[in-house]
Amino acid sequence: MIARLVLNGRPREVEVRTNQTLLELLRDTLGIFDVKEGCDEGVCGVCTVLLDGRPVSSCLVLAAALRGRAVVTLRGLERNGGLHPLQEAFVRHGAVQCGFCTPGMLLTTLAFLEREPRPDREAIRAALEGNLCRCTGYTKIVDAVEAYVRGELGHD
Amino acid sequence: MTDAVATRDALRVVGQPVVRHDARDKVVAATAYAADWALPGMLHAAVLRSPYPSARIVRLETKRATAMAGVAVVLTAKDVPRNTLATDVPGQTTAVGPLRATLHVLAEDRVRHQGEPVALVAAETLELARDAVEAIEVEYEVTPGVFTPEAALAPGAPPVHGTGNLLAQWRIARGDVAKALAGANVVVEGEYTTQLVDAAYLEPESGVAWIDSDGVITIRLSTQVIEHFRDVAEVLQVPQNRVRVIGTYLGGGFGGKEDVTVEAYLGLLTLKTGRPVKMVWTRQESLLSRAKRHPYRLRYRTGANAHGEIVAQQIELLADAGAYAYLSALVLLYSTVTAAGPYRVPAVEVDARVAYTNNTPTSAMRGFGAMQTVFAYESQLDRVARALGMDPVAVRRVNALRRGDTLPVGQVIETHVAIPELCERAWAALGPPTASRAPHIKVGRGLACNFQPYGRIVWLHDWASAWVGFEMDGSLVVRCGCPDVGGGQASSLCQIAAEVLGVTLTRISVHVSDSALTPLAGTTTASRQLYMSGNAVLKTARELRAGLLRVAAAMLGGDADDLDMDEDRVVTRDGRTLAIAGLLAECARVGVPRSHLGVYHAPAGEPVDLATGSGKVFPDYTFGAHAAEVEVDTETGVVRVLGYAAAHDVGRAINPQSVEGQIQGGAVQGLGYGLMEEVVVENGINLTTSFATYLIPTAADVPDVRAVVVESGEGLGPFNARGIGEPPIGPPAAAIANAIEDATGARITRLPITAERVARALGLLD
Repeated sequence: MIARLVLNGRPREVEVRTNQTLLELLRDTLGIFDVKEGCDEGVCGVCTVLLDGRPVSSCLVLAAALRGRAVVTLRGLERNGGLHPLQEAFVRHGAVQCGFCTPGMLLTTLAFLEREPRPDREAIRAALEGNLCRCTGYTKIVDAVEAYVRGELGHD
Repeated sequence: MTDAVATRDALRVVGQPVVRHDARDKVVAATAYAADWALPGMLHAAVLRSPYPSARIVRLETKRATAMAGVAVVLTAKDVPRNTLATDVPGQTTAVGPLRATLHVLAEDRVRHQGEPVALVAAETLELARDAVEAIEVEYEVTPGVFTPEAALAPGAPPVHGTGNLLAQWRIARGDVAKALAGANVVVEGEYTTQLVDAAYLEPESGVAWIDSDGVITIRLSTQVIEHFRDVAEVLQVPQNRVRVIGTYLGGGFGGKEDVTVEAYLGLLTLKTGRPVKMVWTRQESLLSRAKRHPYRLRYRTGANAHGEIVAQQIELLADAGAYAYLSALVLLYSTVTAAGPYRVPAVEVDARVAYTNNTPTSAMRGFGAMQTVFAYESQLDRVARALGMDPVAVRRVNALRRGDTLPVGQVIETHVAIPELCERAWAALGPPTASRAPHIKVGRGLACNFQPYGRIVWLHDWASAWVGFEMDGSLVVRCGCPDVGGGQASSLCQIAAEVLGVTLTRISVHVSDSALTPLAGTTTASRQLYMSGNAVLKTARELRAGLLRVAAAMLGGDADDLDMDEDRVVTRDGRTLAIAGLLAECARVGVPRSHLGVYHAPAGEPVDLATGSGKVFPDYTFGAHAAEVEVDTETGVVRVLGYAAAHDVGRAINPQSVEGQIQGGAVQGLGYGLMEEVVVENGINLTTSFATYLIPTAADVPDVRAVVVESGEGLGPFNARGIGEPPIGPPAAAIANAIEDATGARITRLPITAERVARALGLLD
């Protein structure tokens, strides 16, 4: 059957199996590897994409059920070839080690900050609860988000 | 040459929190991890695994699976050219003799643990491969198994292998322990239990293999050890130079990607089919079958005099190796050497054993046997202090090792031991005490120290090599076979080269982790890469520099010793400069190489007899002290960590930001170990094969970790750095247990410290 979606701003129609997940569609069919696969059951958060602006685990979304909805992956953040200021904050503050959680972490953070633009550290931690990181211990990720919120890197 | 980069003041790039090149790539997802790879005509592979922990394979029939449309090949043990994989390293144990640690690539007549691989399938799609795995017919006859080391060592226990179930035993006997304990003012006895734990990296085991245009079997995978190309060649019975392993940037390793994972399977499948093959383990497979951290039972008798000085430790360790040896004997060696802690203890007896069971195998995981012991020796020390009314910092100050002291194993400590300073700074970093929120909420603080070897055992004769070379435009290339597990290994090598050769960091390209194209540098394990590959790059860059500056001196007049390399130029003492491109052109003209291959050999030694305490086991150690503040709900047993500080003497921080990251990340893994993580196995059946049941810390579970980076300027690595990969995972469980006793008076001796266990210790449950 045909899945319809708007992927990083571009309308797409793709042939899918009825049981195919959005994660499988993105990685296996479309070769979009900025979405990672970590647990395949919606716990780890590395396959996070934005679905109509909300973070979801793409391993839990059936591709065939998309019906024209907007899907944003990390590539969708690109700004004229430069880094998004949140990406810059992650780099500057050492929030990236192995980097496997980073795409999902960035997307979850951006969606959260849309709803709550001035969070404190505790609120940031609560918002990131669904995105596991095994390397950093989270301190520097929270540092990076805080710096971005404070507008230290040109964010307004 | 002048050692222009030897003193701290003169350092330009080393010691700076420079932005890592790999971080830039990773925030835009430009990094192609092992599974982010596809080739035309690629097959997908799946593994059939044993559902039973102990069984005989009575019948194994693959006809139906092989006949399925879209299935390229089905392989069982009889299809493997050499079905034995060595997991061995040189060395001997006290009682069991030379290790011959091997396992079958695919099970033959028996399976010894749940999840043991039995057959492989490669098919046109992953779905087809999984369907074909289901279509393989296996008849098992379940046989009696053993599921605890105690049961395994009991008389008449079913043998997991042909021999007895004792895999290895190490002993240390130093001083007269019985006499010292008899004369002690305080004797504390304790039994501690640590649990089975998974590395739980977010990137599962994965890779793609193909036969390259030159006929070389090429395997691109997530691994901490590219040298396994030799093991794959052995399995395939092809020459070692016909197998190439390309290691990707890892999505985490933590020791779990030290042993062979997918590479032998991928090599077999691509060899048999002639086509590219991809294998990615599911999370469930990874949690079910990957080697994990050993559970231990630790019994301690600790004696101290009236000043709080430990006079004796009597220690008995028993560990569960699971069904195959892997690195268990060495893990146990690390436990044995570190069992008495970073303290001066005149009389020590250690009796350490590890036994085969029919549980999931255990092997390397961050800490490598030197962390289970921390929970025991730091709990014991706190109990000694409590008995004598001493504070936690004071008791550690009086006992801390000093340079020149001898460990129970006979090794003399040759570098500075910063334990007292680390204790004071970690303790102070907690800040003013937090007030209790309610009468039933008790707040307390705990301290725990550790020491962790960095670098491999000296009788393994460790070495690492690197290649450093300039391109004609003055940009620099570093090649080193060092896998980057996410700790910034590659980036630190760039910093070291930049420091020596005066090249702008952004003008350096680094190629790592390719067994065919980068000089071999050994494993990214044992907290050794900064030490080993860092020293290899340092040595190589210095040798290259010396050759180049001789040419520069001829061009500029004067002595090479008076020249420096900085900001992509050669600089004279009187301020004249020579552009690097001009120097390189001259090198080309006069035939002086613009590149250099160098090898660093670690100080080596002969195997020691532990029992008689004869000498050096490890090159050196990294010391640490962690402090925790917790609140305990005395009505429910729930523990919350309010504050956490982790101090380590890293000798010199090459990249302070990466060092802090290692400390913070290691501490949080240690908090997971202390408070929540446990692979639950009942009679050999794993009940926690998903991240919904195997819980690791989330951002909301843990506080900020304050990293206290102490630089003593003493260490064996480049610029006197010490290894920092593993050390920070050691102390947290003990620091938490000590804080809980401080808050409530209850002593927890079993990990993880769940609310239920605390409630039990508080007498809230029967």
